[in-house]
Amino acid sequence: MMQNPLPLFIAIPLASAFLNSLLGKRIKGFSDVLSSIATLALAAISIYSVFLIKDVGSIVYKVGGWMPPIGIAMVMDSLTVFMLVTINVVAFLISVYSINYMEKYTEKGIFYSLFLLMIAGMNGVIISGDMFNLYVFLEIAAISSYALVAFGTEQEELEASFKYAVMGSLASSFILLGIVFLYSYTSTLNMADMAMTLLTNGPSRIVLLASVLFLMGFGLKSALVPFHAWLPDAHPSAPAPISAMLSGVLIKSLGVYAMVRIFFSVLGATPEILSILMVIGSLSIVIGACLALGQWDFKRLLAYSSINQIGYVILGISLGTPLGILGGLFHLLNHSVFKSLLFLNSGAVEYSTGTRDLQKMGGLREKMPVTALTSLVGSMSIAGVPPFNGFWSKLIIIVACVQSGHFVHASWAVLASIITLAYFLKVQKHAFFGELKEGLSNVKEAPFFMKFSMIVLAIICLAGGLLMLPAVSGDFLKAARDVVLAGQDYITVVFGAIK
Amino acid sequence: MDNPKHGMTLIVKTITRLTVGLILLFGIYIVSHGHVSPGGGFAGGVIIALSFIHILLAFGKEVALKRISYNVASFFESLGAIMFITLALLGIGSGYFLLNFISKGEPFRLFSSGLIPLYNVAISFKVGAGLFIIFVILVTFRLTKKDDRE
Repeated sequence: MMQNPLPLFIAIPLASAFLNSLLGKRIKGFSDVLSSIATLALAAISIYSVFLIKDVGSIVYKVGGWMPPIGIAMVMDSLTVFMLVTINVVAFLISVYSINYMEKYTEKGIFYSLFLLMIAGMNGVIISGDMFNLYVFLEIAAISSYALVAFGTEQEELEASFKYAVMGSLASSFILLGIVFLYSYTSTLNMADMAMTLLTNGPSRIVLLASVLFLMGFGLKSALVPFHAWLPDAHPSAPAPISAMLSGVLIKSLGVYAMVRIFFSVLGATPEILSILMVIGSLSIVIGACLALGQWDFKRLLAYSSINQIGYVILGISLGTPLGILGGLFHLLNHSVFKSLLFLNSGAVEYSTGTRDLQKMGGLREKMPVTALTSLVGSMSIAGVPPFNGFWSKLIIIVACVQSGHFVHASWAVLASIITLAYFLKVQKHAFFGELKEGLSNVKEAPFFMKFSMIVLAIICLAGGLLMLPAVSGDFLKAARDVVLAGQDYITVVFGAIK
Repeated sequence: MDNPKHGMTLIVKTITRLTVGLILLFGIYIVSHGHVSPGGGFAGGVIIALSFIHILLAFGKEVALKRISYNVASFFESLGAIMFITLALLGIGSGYFLLNFISKGEPFRLFSSGLIPLYNVAISFKVGAGLFIIFVILVTFRLTKKDDRE
């Protein structure tokens, strides 16, 4: 089983989600322990997989023993492992954070069940080697996230959740329609088999139509401008751990990863698609940054900042050069760490002061030293101040832009980075520095588990730059880049790994 | 059960009393023959849920929830999912996740095709209980909202 841990990434979260709904209400504290253990196990297995992949190469798992392309395949290559580590490590820390944070809500058991279902959906999207399975898991993750956004059941949250559900369903319909067209053209749903049929049949208008549908669908899922309107409502309305999960990993696994996998490995990245993505990425960078600048709601500001940062990821990957893809993937990892950290910080502030309005905060540095320090680390990372991890990934993306001759995109990226610094300095100034506001003198630091998660994420921010060292990044970051770069060689990898 | 203040008219109640057992039985038949004829866990589960929803419509919420309460339905829903994932995980012991590892038997017999009938039963628990819960929640949600207004 340890030679082939693939089904565990789906089985563990699914089983613990339903055990939780079965026993969570009856045994006190059961949900907390179960969820933390399950996510810790997932994080451990995903890190173990990094070394496993290094030894044995890509793995294809035949579900139920049926031979692909007839049967359903799960595929694990370096890009998959890269995403699995990102998702499951962040999910574990968020699960630990929720132990204290979710005390103020009533139905903690339901929260953990939905949370674990969302992880199952995301892991499923990542490891699926089958087009329709990808859609099914995408819906599992999306539908549980609709419910989690509405978790507070206040008017504002229900409205945000409804908007999110409508936009999300629209995105899923586009994706399903794209899959239907590709299926009608290739008569197969296995991704590698589909890629092979597309290669032999040559270019066709129906593939172009499917590409546009995927662009819209996954663009909506990853909240790229102009498909971003739902994100600033949905992400702040959820409880803080879920905001961290949605902004940190959900938009990346459902949006960016699925888009990269389909466009690079299955359809083959054409220059037209890449240049469209590049423009969309730059637009997201600039518009996201400008909109974030004017926000006074802490979490809403972070949500707009997610649009800005996801633009960097897309810009880097769509350059199509080795350096650009490396930068994009590295920024994806970094963003999931520091954006989760910042959302957890905002949650800690809300937990202690009861407000998200930056104008009502001030001087919290004295009362909440851990939150203040970790949020400073997060802000500096996201703004791209050396030596934090965000600096390195942004640097690589900008250098890659210049190298490939896209000076306009490079200048947008630099400009938006300065704006990012500006709005995070605004957060620091109004929330943590300055005079302590009246009525905040009784504020206490967040409880232990919340501090634990924030500190670990801050340490990862600080140490993230080490991934640039060739010795560390070779099997992890560079291997993931090579998978994206290899494009439709995915076919030979998958068919070669079937035993 | 015969409280005239709740539910629909005597005609509907009488017909319901006659048919509801048959509907439940038909649902169980669809589930148990899922592997040899059209239907299966999902379709059978929907029919089983409909038999309870039928009681709920004809006799009112109280009578239906006395037969199968919200907590019991919730228990069966989780149980169905746990059963499915357990069967799937048992397959790993023989080589693959979701592997149908027991004897397949003779085709078109009731006791054949290995684990598929058990998977069907698990799905029928999940779907039947889930659909019933969704219906109950939609009904009670509307009622509490009306109470708030008064």
